[in-house]
Amino acid sequence: MSNEVKEARLDAIRQEAARAGKVSAAGVRAAGAPIPQTGERSGYYGLPLLKQPVWTWEIPLYFFVGGVAGVSAVTAFFADMIGSHLSLVRAALWLAVIGGVISPVLLISDLGRPKRFLAMLRVFKWQSPMSIGVWTLAGFTPAVVVAAVVFEFIQTGNHIPFLLILKFLSEGVACLFGAILVTYTGVLLGATVIPVWSENRKLLPPHFAASALGSAAAILELLGFLIPATYILGLVAAAVETLVGILIEIRKREVDRPLRQGKTGRTIRAGGMLSGPVSLAVRIVWGYSSVGRLIAASSFIVGALITRYAWLWAGRVSASDPTYLFQLQRK
Amino acid sequence: MKTTAFFTDPTLCIGCKACEVACKEWNEIPEDGLEWRGHSYDNTGHLGASTWRHVLFVEQNQPLAQQVTVGQEPFRWVMLSDVCKHCEVAGCLEACPTGSIVRTEFGGVYVQPDICNGCGYCVVACPFGVIDRRQFDGRAFKCTFCYDRQRADLTPACAKACPTESIRFGELDDLREKANRRIAELEQRGYHEAAIYDAQNTSVGGVHALFLILGEPETYNLPPAPEAPTAFLKSAWASALISAVAFIALVGLVFFF
Repeated sequence: MSNEVKEARLDAIRQEAARAGKVSAAGVRAAGAPIPQTGERSGYYGLPLLKQPVWTWEIPLYFFVGGVAGVSAVTAFFADMIGSHLSLVRAALWLAVIGGVISPVLLISDLGRPKRFLAMLRVFKWQSPMSIGVWTLAGFTPAVVVAAVVFEFIQTGNHIPFLLILKFLSEGVACLFGAILVTYTGVLLGATVIPVWSENRKLLPPHFAASALGSAAAILELLGFLIPATYILGLVAAAVETLVGILIEIRKREVDRPLRQGKTGRTIRAGGMLSGPVSLAVRIVWGYSSVGRLIAASSFIVGALITRYAWLWAGRVSASDPTYLFQLQRK
Repeated sequence: MKTTAFFTDPTLCIGCKACEVACKEWNEIPEDGLEWRGHSYDNTGHLGASTWRHVLFVEQNQPLAQQVTVGQEPFRWVMLSDVCKHCEVAGCLEACPTGSIVRTEFGGVYVQPDICNGCGYCVVACPFGVIDRRQFDGRAFKCTFCYDRQRADLTPACAKACPTESIRFGELDDLREKANRRIAELEQRGYHEAAIYDAQNTSVGGVHALFLILGEPETYNLPPAPEAPTAFLKSAWASALISAVAFIALVGLVFFF
């Protein structure tokens, strides 16, 4: 081959590379092809624009534990108002206490500078969901501890009016703060720039609430409270989780891809199935027997835990691909 | 105190990275990676906890104004120094639960390193992907707008070091005016796609680091329509309130019947 022909061939290869970002021809192997481009669609060589969430395993676990604690406090309040489910009230209160004590430990552990955790209580900012969450937890845990301790004290025979009022008040405060604890985590994720979270900001609070509701009911069932109350709560929670899953699937939005595709998609679906249709079906078909209920309960708990982690991982995926943000904003 | 700002003009940038070096030196920022990504001469990749000035190298098969690339396809090489935008409505500032991130008297957004406990919420609240948590330190860091230098009536290190005055520092209104004049001037010289990236018509409400960009914002890894996440609070909290009421009502119903 003459030099001119070789040069012409080289030019042709360069032009194809410039045009298509890669070269496909026998004997030509361009390392790193397709070559990243800059532009409206690919952004800056496809490099991420947003930063990924820095949170680690403690945070999804906190979502789960805090949610269960919050629902337990609400359950304890209403069960105690009825006055007949004393052992249930005890279980719910102590479940809330355990959750209320573990939650701050998890949160503090995740901090970059854990020893500075008190800095969270320097200010209160309405516009920061994390500030609201921190103060809610700071009010929830003492309230639920007081409620549990006073409850036990009353059970030993001291039916002093002051103690009864104190119990009612602390249970009430724990109930209110517990309700916030359960739902604010959806706002925490929703009020961020991560596309898959912010575009689901209306879905996340009810999703997490249902997840917490079902988890708390399931734990109570596993503790032996196979009563109509826990059955109905478990049923409704599984139904809501099923609906959430269906909604995500049928909407087919580009921004929800991390929820439907890849490792994160499979994980979300696995979690959603276990806490949704599987738990629901087992509860309906086999719920008359305690074994069936316990299986439905266990399935829900596992699914709820998986779901929490999956949402964090989906957030990471969503942040790492700039095209999600471009598609969202370039309307 | 007047509001100060940056105006970064890529039509003057020569890609020398003096801004990156000056910033690192003045602020004693640790080294954060000696990778060679292969994206032109960009060796920082993006802003982060230890990169507060990041020079982008944008190679495109488009002509630069009226320039002609001899014998080849049209080509241009645009360099731009990226920095924290110091937003008017700063997502990081609003999200910070410790009150570590504050607004300085110069209008910049500043992270107080002695308060930050590294919760990481600012990281997911920045619509530009600027702030990040530093790995072995634990706290969040970003451009301080050389707060210490400004308090001593000095120019920020990057603007001081820039040899072509591609990075200019001054009063915000003054620089906005200069930016618009520059656009008009470039228009006359044949740059028909020059624009000022200012985000004034979004919930960010404008930035204190103006960028002159040639072409679309995405090319420079800038979001076309940035939103401070506080804009999402209302709908999110509404949903949370409804969910909370609904599940309390459900539990109440279940126990009372």
